[in-house]
Amino acid sequence: MGSVTSPAPLEIERTESAEEVFAVPEPDVPWVTIVHNDPVNLMSYVTYVFQTYFGYSKDKATKLMLDVHHKGRAVVSSGSREEMERDVQAMHGYGLWATLQQDRK
Amino acid sequence: MPGTFEPLPGGGAAVALDDVEISIIRSLAVQLLELIGPGPAADAPDDPLAGLFAEGPSEPPTDPVLKRLFPDAYSDPEQPASPRDAEEQRAYSAEFRRYTENDLRAGKRDNALAVIRSLDALASAAAGEGGAVLKLSPAESQQWLGALNDLRLAIGSRLEITDEEDTDLLYRLPDEDPRKPMVMAYLWLGGLQETLVGTLMS
Repeated sequence: MGSVTSPAPLEIERTESAEEVFAVPEPDVPWVTIVHNDPVNLMSYVTYVFQTYFGYSKDKATKLMLDVHHKGRAVVSSGSREEMERDVQAMHGYGLWATLQQDRK
Repeated sequence: MPGTFEPLPGGGAAVALDDVEISIIRSLAVQLLELIGPGPAADAPDDPLAGLFAEGPSEPPTDPVLKRLFPDAYSDPEQPASPRDAEEQRAYSAEFRRYTENDLRAGKRDNALAVIRSLDALASAAAGEGGAVLKLSPAESQQWLGALNDLRLAIGSRLEITDEEDTDLLYRLPDEDPRKPMVMAYLWLGGLQETLVGTLMS
């Protein structure tokens, strides 16, 4: 994930339109919950949390945990902003480091 | 085996703890409880009902342990945002914090209190015996699991463990290093947590 490109040119285009200035993020673009790697949390515990909270199978939970571990992050759920806030709050309750963002891809 | 949770038939988990181990976990749990506290919003009005409707803080905690336990919900740590996006993320994180941090603090306090209560019951049962077997119900196991994780996050943060190499380094600390006792506790709690997770997944 070396090069992070700045979205600057897009920003300029966006502000040119008066409508866009007041635009809220499009509601149909889903939000995602991202869990970030952390050297303290045990791999078994992270897998356990994904299985317990999200009800994921052991295989899916293990795969997500390995993504967090090796890639530094994994998208663990997606949905409305309210749903993702609920998931992030739950992850913080378990002690996992999670954030939410709109899935702009 | 010492320091190892075993599953109990019918659910729950058990571990043998001696007096010293009981007092170490208890003292760490008390410290965690004091650190988490009721939160900044609780300079409480006398009216107990007001507490129910009190909003949480909007600023992130300054203590590194609390910052780790209650991270910003909207700031991606790996993707630096443009100044405008960063401003928006701060505002969203602050709002999220106002509505969630008090509940999160309460949940973590409950877990730490559950640990202290079960250790106190165990200590009085074990008086004069030098140690005893702690038996946890499935519900208590969940609370212990959460508290052990919070304790390790707290100690890890104090020891400034921020990447995998830091953990490797801890194993090689010389005995005279002042961090050694904390590191021993950290690794021992890791073993407890690992085996407790094992009992819940079996």
